[in-house]
Amino acid sequence: MKLTVNGTRHDVDVEPEMPLLWVLRDELGITGPKYGCGIAQCGACTVHVDGQPVRSCQLPVGDLDGEVTTIEALGTPDALHAVQAAWIDHQVAQCGYCQSGQIMTAAAFLEVNATPTDAEIDQALSANLCRCGTYPRIRAAVKSAAARLNEA
Amino acid sequence: MGRIRTIARRSFLIGSAALLGGVAFGAVMYRRPHKNPLPEQLVAGEAAITPYVLITPDGITLIAPRADKGQGAYSVQAALIAEELDVRLDQVTVDPGLPAPVYYNTALASDLLPIRSTNTNYLADLARRVADAPVKFLGIQITGGSTTVPDGYDKLRHAGAVARETLKAAAARKTGLDTAQLTTKDAHVVLPDGTTLSYTSLAATAAGIEPADAPALRDPSEWRYLGKPMQRLDMVAKSTGAQEYGIDVQLPDLLHAAVRLNPRRGVVISHDATQAETMRGVRSILPITGGLGVIADNTWRAMQAAQAITVEWGPAPYPAGMDAHWQALSDSFTKEQIDSQYRDDGDAAVAERPITAEYRAPYLAHAPLEPINATALVTDTRIDIWTGTQIPRFIQSNISALTGIDTDNIHVHVQMIGGSFGHRLEDQVVRHAVELAMSMKGTPVKLTYSREEDFAQDFTRQIAMARMAGSVTSGNVETCDLGIAMPSIIASQMGRQGFPAAGPDTQIVAGAWDQPFDIPNYRVTGYRAPDLAPISSWRSVGASTNGFFHDCALDELIHAAGADPLAERIRLCNHAPSRKVLEAVGEMSDWGSDMGETRGRGVGFCLSFGVPCAVVVEVTNSAQGIRLDKVFAAADVGRIIDPVNFEAQVSGGVIFGMGHAINCEITYADSAAQQTNYHQYEAMRLYQCPEVTVRGLENGDRIRGIGEPGVPPAAPALANAIFAATGQRIREMPFNKHIRFV
Repeated sequence: MKLTVNGTRHDVDVEPEMPLLWVLRDELGITGPKYGCGIAQCGACTVHVDGQPVRSCQLPVGDLDGEVTTIEALGTPDALHAVQAAWIDHQVAQCGYCQSGQIMTAAAFLEVNATPTDAEIDQALSANLCRCGTYPRIRAAVKSAAARLNEA
Repeated sequence: MGRIRTIARRSFLIGSAALLGGVAFGAVMYRRPHKNPLPEQLVAGEAAITPYVLITPDGITLIAPRADKGQGAYSVQAALIAEELDVRLDQVTVDPGLPAPVYYNTALASDLLPIRSTNTNYLADLARRVADAPVKFLGIQITGGSTTVPDGYDKLRHAGAVARETLKAAAARKTGLDTAQLTTKDAHVVLPDGTTLSYTSLAATAAGIEPADAPALRDPSEWRYLGKPMQRLDMVAKSTGAQEYGIDVQLPDLLHAAVRLNPRRGVVISHDATQAETMRGVRSILPITGGLGVIADNTWRAMQAAQAITVEWGPAPYPAGMDAHWQALSDSFTKEQIDSQYRDDGDAAVAERPITAEYRAPYLAHAPLEPINATALVTDTRIDIWTGTQIPRFIQSNISALTGIDTDNIHVHVQMIGGSFGHRLEDQVVRHAVELAMSMKGTPVKLTYSREEDFAQDFTRQIAMARMAGSVTSGNVETCDLGIAMPSIIASQMGRQGFPAAGPDTQIVAGAWDQPFDIPNYRVTGYRAPDLAPISSWRSVGASTNGFFHDCALDELIHAAGADPLAERIRLCNHAPSRKVLEAVGEMSDWGSDMGETRGRGVGFCLSFGVPCAVVVEVTNSAQGIRLDKVFAAADVGRIIDPVNFEAQVSGGVIFGMGHAINCEITYADSAAQQTNYHQYEAMRLYQCPEVTVRGLENGDRIRGIGEPGVPPAAPALANAIFAATGQRIREMPFNKHIRFV
């Protein structure tokens, strides 16, 4: 089975039912997307498929139709995405385990809504669970990222 | 000596009687220092000046032995060392090090004593030192109890200072100058003419000289890092997917494993793995403690196979349904089951007490977002374990007992932890990983619990019940008699580590008996319920339930007295730092200002882990249910090391406390937890989360930790706000059993 992740083509020998998350983590060694719940309740596994946010724990790899981007390719420590830069500015992460998914969800959201209201931010990110309670800083960081993207 | 030593070895000291027996010699004997483990790990040219500072020609490593589970422990430990060592944090690597006795936690045991944290007299301090001595003697390396900063505050700065002076001595030897002529800056020794010698270039010389005597620690007025806003060291990695957690460990030829465990925590009566064994990628299926394990070439395949096993489970060692659990608590309010009565002021027993109430708090799962996991590599002579843990030395001894391999040959590589809240104080997952890896010697096996197993096998927060009887006179609270019943957390938790708990369990009344209030007739009684489902420490431990009970009881009495909830708490308060946090939230929230018909404001207070924390919550009683509008929190830790992380810990703690109070519980049916995943255990989501404003105060007499104290006052503040908005008293968590939330 062939798939493209972060611009690289891969050929993996897996059954089509295997969720994309486990292909990424255990077959390709890409560990930015996290296993949290396995039932699309926490959002820690969020990746982009052709720019759309997708819960990779719920997407059988056989149904994958598009190129996959994970947190590792959204930006890097030397070339941060605006959302990642805002996350660092606001010192959002505590344990950090949910933050890959929060950031991927926020980045995709800001692509389609560059000037979100507070209510729209709440709606877009409420399916991403944070057990440490970093929500106030997530809200602030999304607003900062939106401002940063609009300046660019 | 024999007696105290035996007690120290076999029991986790939690009672006053056993402790006071050890005063005479304990402090002397237990002062014996543990050796520095780093030199054994060195090669020529490297220097380990203290157990916390490792310098090689290639770089400087600071050892941070307290686990980081999201609270920022690595960053704060590194900053404490760096402040005296004179290095910038971007010049060093931070490493948890290997477990060693020298990394004992000085601050942990004293918090289990029945001495109010507000009591600072000589005898109280002596008892605290004696309680900490066995922890030092046993080299118990535990992360917990909000102790990382109080434990490391002097110790880590001192390590940095010793290393700095030793490097200066090395520079003096190399240059022939006197150390008094030398200064240090940014990982360099600076000579009088301005030339510099890097610490790394001095490693070989420093390795050959005795560590310098401890100089005086710098006055806080000279600090460059501490007390000022910091950037956490893990923030970039955690924002770019680069942070590796235990669950991300990758090793050559790694195999993946899953478990199927008895949801009632009994034995396996019989099982059939015929179908599972034929599934793709499965290498083996074997019995492990309490269930079965599957080793496969991919975690998902292992989990699928684990689900395909059919099993007949043995019965639970605890009651089947919640009615029996609650009945056991209800039946525990008897004279025979009194565990402690540390607070008994005035005459609470005989006073007229017309106001009564009963409160309940359920079992709660820890459910950190990273499911528990451990990777093990077993050979005939050594075992390597990669896992996120707060108890690395317990793991060494437990795995030694399991395998017969000496603890010196059991290497625990502590990993970054994706949340804990107390979950990683347990090590069952490590036992399972090693049991599986023992069947695959030479091949590393990574075991990941499914989220469902993580919920089912959690050692939860305690279940608890409280009964209040009180009275008021002429506008004031006159009598508060509070009884609290719960099983012993410490006995359950330490029992699994082979340390039977002796004496009363102060956690049964923590966050209630020790509150800084003068009420004329004031009594707090702890009742020890029988052991029920296994329980463990959950963020803020006893205070997570008792803060709710005590503060809501006080709020009811204040209301009955017709007094203002904030003003009466301040009037009753007998501890200046506590009074100041109450006054602070009053000012922050503009307490007393009009809120209109549909809104309400409540205050909650709890002193826990030595930290007074007050919270004001504002809610709206809307057509869709209760909406949380704003939260104001103030806490006093004596001295704030990093105001940015302080704010995060208080805010996060308050959100954690409110979220669970609103909608979380673990209930048992047929002795198995009924909640299997986050759809049945949501806690707070972004849309429900209020604005949170935090203020840090520094009036306390000594430095304290802040990971936990934000939790206990959050739930009562919310309940009291709901009462203010609706007139409805909620005396049971989760609150959504009684009222609807937006």
